[in-house]
Amino acid sequence: MTMNEKTVPASSGSGGALREKRRSPWWEVWRRLRRNKAAVAGMTVVILLLFVAVFAPLIAPYDPNQTNIKIRLQPPSAEHLMGTDNFGRDMFSRVIYGSRISLYVGFIAVGIGAVFGGILGAVGGYYGGRLDNFIMRCMDVLLAIPQIILAIAIVGALGTSLLNLMIAVGISQLPRYARVVRASTLTVRGQEFVEAAKAIGASDTRIILENILPNCMAPIIVQSTLGVAQAILAAATLSFLGLGIQPPTAEWGSMLSSGRQFLRNAPYLTFFPGVAISIVVLALNIFGDGLRDSLDPKLRQ
Amino acid sequence: MKDTLLEIKDLNVIYKTYEGTVAAVNGVDFALDRGKTLGLVGESGAGKTTTALSIMGLVPSPPGIIQRGRVTFAGQDLLTLPEKDMKKIRGNRISMIFQDPMTSLNPVLSVGLQISEALVAHQNLSEAEAERKAAEMLEKVQIPGARYREYPHEFSGGMRQRVVIAMALACNPRLIIADEPTTALDVTIQAQVLELMRSLKEEFATAMIMITHDLGVVGEVCDDVAVMYAGRIVEMGSLDQIFGNAMHPYTLGLFRCIPDIEEESSTIHPIEGLMPEPLDLPKGCPFHPRCPQCMEVCRQVVPEACEDNGHRVLCHLFGGGERRA
Amino acid sequence: MLRYFTKRLIFLIPVLLGVSIVIFAIVHLAPGDPAEVMLGPSATQEDIGKLREQLGLTKPLYVQYWIFLTNALKGDLGRSIKSNAPVLEEILERFPATLTLASLGMLFAITVGLPLGVLAALKQNTWVDALCSFFALVGFSIPNFWVGLMLMLLLSITIPILPSSGFDSWKNLIMPTIVLGIQTMAVIARMTRSSMLEVIRQDYVRTARAKGISDRLVLTRHILTNVMIPVVTIAGIYFGHSLGGVVITETIFSIPGLGRLIVDAIRAQDYPVVQGGVLFFALCVGIVNLLVDLLYAVLDPRIKAQYRSAK
Repeated sequence: MTMNEKTVPASSGSGGALREKRRSPWWEVWRRLRRNKAAVAGMTVVILLLFVAVFAPLIAPYDPNQTNIKIRLQPPSAEHLMGTDNFGRDMFSRVIYGSRISLYVGFIAVGIGAVFGGILGAVGGYYGGRLDNFIMRCMDVLLAIPQIILAIAIVGALGTSLLNLMIAVGISQLPRYARVVRASTLTVRGQEFVEAAKAIGASDTRIILENILPNCMAPIIVQSTLGVAQAILAAATLSFLGLGIQPPTAEWGSMLSSGRQFLRNAPYLTFFPGVAISIVVLALNIFGDGLRDSLDPKLRQ
Repeated sequence: MKDTLLEIKDLNVIYKTYEGTVAAVNGVDFALDRGKTLGLVGESGAGKTTTALSIMGLVPSPPGIIQRGRVTFAGQDLLTLPEKDMKKIRGNRISMIFQDPMTSLNPVLSVGLQISEALVAHQNLSEAEAERKAAEMLEKVQIPGARYREYPHEFSGGMRQRVVIAMALACNPRLIIADEPTTALDVTIQAQVLELMRSLKEEFATAMIMITHDLGVVGEVCDDVAVMYAGRIVEMGSLDQIFGNAMHPYTLGLFRCIPDIEEESSTIHPIEGLMPEPLDLPKGCPFHPRCPQCMEVCRQVVPEACEDNGHRVLCHLFGGGERRA
Repeated sequence: MLRYFTKRLIFLIPVLLGVSIVIFAIVHLAPGDPAEVMLGPSATQEDIGKLREQLGLTKPLYVQYWIFLTNALKGDLGRSIKSNAPVLEEILERFPATLTLASLGMLFAITVGLPLGVLAALKQNTWVDALCSFFALVGFSIPNFWVGLMLMLLLSITIPILPSSGFDSWKNLIMPTIVLGIQTMAVIARMTRSSMLEVIRQDYVRTARAKGISDRLVLTRHILTNVMIPVVTIAGIYFGHSLGGVVITETIFSIPGLGRLIVDAIRAQDYPVVQGGVLFFALCVGIVNLLVDLLYAVLDPRIKAQYRSAK
């Protein structure tokens, strides 16, 4: 039972509708995405998160760094929805401000990984041969080291700072973008419009930027969405180990680390930041999955 | 009547898909005698495979629904048979051969195992006995029995199809349904495989339903022919009746499509238009939009079948027991 | 086929070489002077200088690398700056704990993930599927160290039935195993589900059903054998990830393993330990990949044929 372009028969009974308009492929993607309720939910949460992060100062009731020893380690209450930590800082505000850092790190780390990884993948896939081989071997080397350990090593070497955290996480994610972009490049490279562009005399850089990269967008977008989720987790992990964001900055991972010693008496210190991380990462993953499904033409059942 | 092996009455199958309800099979009737071969002819989408799957009880059930009908095999109505009894019939009394030999065999299991598992399941043989018998079956389809431990990727397309045939015949079924068994093969291999099927069929005295869109294949192996269009049988009869005296405009169109090697002219005469979208069948006779002899009544009313000496047609040109054309 | 594996083994060498270069570079990029660190803040410049001579830190970098490499090939990974024990010795001492954890974690991931994925696929689009898939997704999204802390809260503090640190009895292993395995479990569950959905649609499954063999046989013999192939791939890839996870697990549960050794070494700028440790991890990942390849040949005769004919 195939749906082919129909020629309306000469005198059909109920006949079929004529589909004349060919809609843009992005519209199709959006339509399919909309139908996936879970993905829409994920996207909503992500947008909500962006909102919270941007408007944190307006939403948080207290200054996240305001200490007040008198009210330290208080359980959740009406004034302090998530309690206070051992310096008397309001946990709720800290969790809210934590969203800023997590998103910031997530996006920049993915940006670094995607840009450099993408360039390497595109160059390797486009030129092929020994250059490609060499680049792929380098990626293998990076992949042979467990991601977290690589990130830890880089942070250990460069020192603990926000920028170094982003660089470390970005580099550890680099190989996957290289692979994705390389695969797309290989597919596109053999196609005719690339030949045509070459024949006109377009420079290689131009060909890569204008012809090849746009065709890689779909997998890059999917990989990036999932990558941000992973980056947030990685950053939190590093901060938890004390190798990322340093206190007193409000970051979810480091909050978990400081709260750890009070696990017995004040479990809410570790509960809420963890829930925050989980929700954000979950939403991004659900959204990323939905994106992948709606971008994959084969997945219609 | 005593010789009737399979009888299908008023089979109606629909598929509920996201885009709508597909009427795949719309009132199919036919009967098949022991040892005979029926050719089920038609274009893609005519409902042939769905009919076959209905007999086997393999219509994929979330989208597919058998709305009504009766499929009587050796006295039992297969459509009402509980699944565990149906399993005893599949591969054992009725076997099916599918179209694409490259994908019909499990790539990680040896061909011998794929033959012997039916034997173990149905005939209660021990593994060793089943192995032996499987090797025998391979010999029967002209593949050295010693290759029984090899894997499908080590065989060519034609050989794989022969393995599939061996699998189908292993338990000596009364009926084999072959769904376009040679379509995916090279022309020269096609002839070989068909010949093999014909001789095995005779040797085992199996009845066969040969689904195909190729009239040449029908001419080679079939005793009777049923022509399907848009889920209905529009014409049915013996090989002589259909090949010698086709009556339905669609059947005539099909024959005209075959270029005649003796003819001088080089024009091809396709049938105008395409098979209607199964989601959206036209009112009245399903063929009327493409029929060169379409009449007003054809647009409105589905014709009734009329039969003469075993030759059945579904066309208003032949309504009411008389021939008007 | 042996030829294929020797070839792969040989290919491992450039990768390990690359890893050694990368980690050497990273470690020596670190600002700060190990000699200073070792001697403490009260050391004089002279002492520092002498120690640096002694440690060979004054030589040019590529010479230092060469020394490192040639020694490593002899099995000498240097000495820990902190403890002065041979690095290799320290690694081997800690390795069993890490290996145990990683293996148990993988075992957990497979025994929970596989059935979850199969169930979800068989009941596709029902609430069972939704639940299993969601469970897997959650497992993939929750930070494993948080799971560890919550588990500790629940099972060591609130209802004290499990110890929260140490490495003496099997009880010590339960929570770390879950923490370590949960992400991989989720990945395996998802991969199994999608692989099953694809395999179920294949023609050969329809052929198997048409033969009238039991549903159980169709599932185990025809479907699962094909499903396993991509699942094994992903499990192999994620083994590397879970080796990273041991870092967290060992930290939270105070288990004396390789992960903690490396992290502590990074903090303390104990670069021989860092170099040796990372190299060792890379070696493990490489060996696991090789084993996965071996497993492929067992599972898929087409791959076995490819290996045989590979030159």
